[in-house]
Amino acid sequence: MSKELEYFSRKVARGLMDRRAFMGRAAALGVSAGMASGLLATAAQAAGMVKGGTLKSGMQGGESTQSLDPATWASDVPVSFGRTWAETLVEVGPTGDIEYRIAESVEASADAKTWSFKIRDDVEFHNGKTVTAEDVVATLQRHSDENSKSGALGIVQGIADMKADGKNVVLTLDSANADLPYLMADYHLMIQPNGGMDAPDAGIGTGPYRIVENQPGVRHAGERFENFWDAENRGHADSVEITVINDATARLAALQSGQVQMINRVEPKVVSLVKRIPGVTVQNVSGRGHYVFIMHVNTAPFDNNHLRLALKLAMNRQEMVDKILQGYGSVGNDFPINASYPLFPEGIEQREYDPDQAAFHYKKSGHSGSVLLRTSDVAFPGAVDAAQLYQQSAKAAGIDIEVKREPGDGYWSEVWNVQPFCTSYWSGRPVQDQMYSTAYLSTADWNDTKFFRPDFDKIILAARAELDEAKRRELYREAAIMVRDEGGLILPMFNDFIDAVSDKVGGWSSDPNGGMMNDKALIKAWVKA
Amino acid sequence: MNAILKLVAQRIALGLLLLLAVSVLIFVGTQILPGDVAQSILGQSATPVALANLREELGLNDPAYVRYFNWLWGVLHGDLGTALSNGQEISKQVGLRLGNTLFLAFWAAVVAVPLAILLGLVAVRYRNRWPDKLISGITLASISLPEFFIGYVLIFYFGVKLRWFPSVATVYDSMSLLEKLNAIALPVAVLTLVVLAHMMRMTRAAILNVMQSAYIETAELKGLSAFNVIFRHAFPNAISPIVNVVMINLAYLVVGVVVVEVIFVYPGMGQYLVDHVAKRDVPVVQATGLIFAAVYVLLNLIADIVAIVSNPRLRHPK
Repeated sequence: MSKELEYFSRKVARGLMDRRAFMGRAAALGVSAGMASGLLATAAQAAGMVKGGTLKSGMQGGESTQSLDPATWASDVPVSFGRTWAETLVEVGPTGDIEYRIAESVEASADAKTWSFKIRDDVEFHNGKTVTAEDVVATLQRHSDENSKSGALGIVQGIADMKADGKNVVLTLDSANADLPYLMADYHLMIQPNGGMDAPDAGIGTGPYRIVENQPGVRHAGERFENFWDAENRGHADSVEITVINDATARLAALQSGQVQMINRVEPKVVSLVKRIPGVTVQNVSGRGHYVFIMHVNTAPFDNNHLRLALKLAMNRQEMVDKILQGYGSVGNDFPINASYPLFPEGIEQREYDPDQAAFHYKKSGHSGSVLLRTSDVAFPGAVDAAQLYQQSAKAAGIDIEVKREPGDGYWSEVWNVQPFCTSYWSGRPVQDQMYSTAYLSTADWNDTKFFRPDFDKIILAARAELDEAKRRELYREAAIMVRDEGGLILPMFNDFIDAVSDKVGGWSSDPNGGMMNDKALIKAWVKA
Repeated sequence: MNAILKLVAQRIALGLLLLLAVSVLIFVGTQILPGDVAQSILGQSATPVALANLREELGLNDPAYVRYFNWLWGVLHGDLGTALSNGQEISKQVGLRLGNTLFLAFWAAVVAVPLAILLGLVAVRYRNRWPDKLISGITLASISLPEFFIGYVLIFYFGVKLRWFPSVATVYDSMSLLEKLNAIALPVAVLTLVVLAHMMRMTRAAILNVMQSAYIETAELKGLSAFNVIFRHAFPNAISPIVNVVMINLAYLVVGVVVVEVIFVYPGMGQYLVDHVAKRDVPVVQATGLIFAAVYVLLNLIADIVAIVSNPRLRHPK
């Protein structure tokens, strides 16, 4: 990256140059717009950084049943707290690039089957030990053990062999994967001493804060770890706190009364009110998470592609975004990828609400009677309302949808992935390959549309092994069109992450990978003096 | 006196039997709920292999009755076991949460019980005049509003606008007693408003009932002041129904405040129980259920004993 551009970015941050001029210079130097704005964000962040104070967040997503073992993490609070005390080998940055953490560099063999991660010197665990390649290997082994119940089991399963070689960790894969570094950024794969084999929930990592209080479902707190290796860029506050506030109104009140400085999951319907509160900013970022209506393509009547097309065309996407997300989101196009993914396939025609076409396909499908759609409040916020809106828009096409509301308890075990037509959500993945391999490959554990297509699998596997970007993009385009036109997925909307932040917080920069700066707000932001 | 001892022994034995029955009910209840522990813990993103591993580890493949008796055996030996969901020791966690719940309930009771009885006495003294109507009106209004509404209103005015008290009532060990009291000020106020009317109305009704008696007329004819008549002569004879109501409300303060806990983010037993029900964590649900049932049994026992002790006719049966 050019020194010149970095110099200009600092000028912009200090207000000596305007943004437009900067982008012009960047273009002249042949730098992509995405990269240039990433550079701007970094520079803006570094300007006016303050050390000290206590950074406090009030978050939804904590329960008293949670543990410090990274293998068990599944919601925002353990992950946010986890990032304060532990780190992964690499991370996915706000622009979708790999950022090196415990690994300082990575190299792949030409066939993308052997990967070597070089471990940074002098990274220290909170117990005083230095991180070795053996610790990293042990961590990966713990998560890939066949007796493991780790949330990352599916991610590390494809690693045939892992070994430490001096300062390097060498991974050999079953089959080529050009995205391996992205898999290593998974938040479950926090590096622990001896891989956490001895005490998985000891809470010892390499992060900027050491744990001083851990009360699951109530409160978590950490204080600065003096020997943190990257103190220049992270861990600005002296101490950090998370208070678990699952009630949306209470969360907002805590922010307003100054008891916390940032909160997550602001409900779309109150955003306009929150914007009026003095001293509070709403931070929303369009991410990769999406809300879905899923049909099992191997189960009658959804095994008929005309019926599936009819149901896709009967969805009024714009209305969903306007009424369910209050505009805080974007319309989907029936494949699980949007423009925030690297290698997004451009130019696929947007599917619109078309009752006439829907009626045409519905007639061709020969289906009669009603279609049963199961839904619940836990599927996504507003899922029951969304199902009812859909019922109305489908009625205009002559399709009769019967909405059945299921109890939230047990929805994920009794309805989702079991019943042939229901509502659900996906939180998105850092790269396309991971999204498709999680839910659309024939072998995927959570193939929730029962999309078993060898020709599709072949495309995804070819794309995974392909190192040439143009070819990969083309393969992903084919895959997207196949899911869009033949799959069981109705994807009306991608939802935004909406947080609210007090003006006492500095250094906030949104991250499309997740809310709360991808759960890194506590370590990347600071308290203004 | 012997009669009382005998009654207490009987009641305790009956209470234990009741607790056993409650534990069976809770266990059966958690078995009927859809979904299982492994699925609930691992959530939507669980792989079949991970589920199978976890089920094996948690011993979920044993038949239900075997698990129940294993649990019962442990409890009889004073071991509540460990939580299935995060492997933490239940007795330690429950101890912490129960302490918090009792702390909140205690301070709410300290404010609410004397206040309710005093207001009841005042209402009787000025019955059917404006103080009586005002007290009844306000307390009935506060009991008629749902507790979450009162909570939000108090948060809005005293937490957000005036900033007198914190809106989040999370308490933790490193806080001093004064800080803790400041933190729980708003939830205590809400709980007081919720339980006040019931106790106050019962005090009023019970005393008014006694006020019809001949000896009250005698007391009045002796020339005692109106408040003295009520407090010295009427109140002692009305105590048994009042204690009954007070106990029911105390039990509510311990076991029924989950909504208030959620709104004020208070780390009490209610929230703890709800989290574990959602995860089908049977040992924790059993333990908390038993404690809640025990609180009810104990408070009712106290109410009965007080009723007997305060009534000479029951104290000296013929």
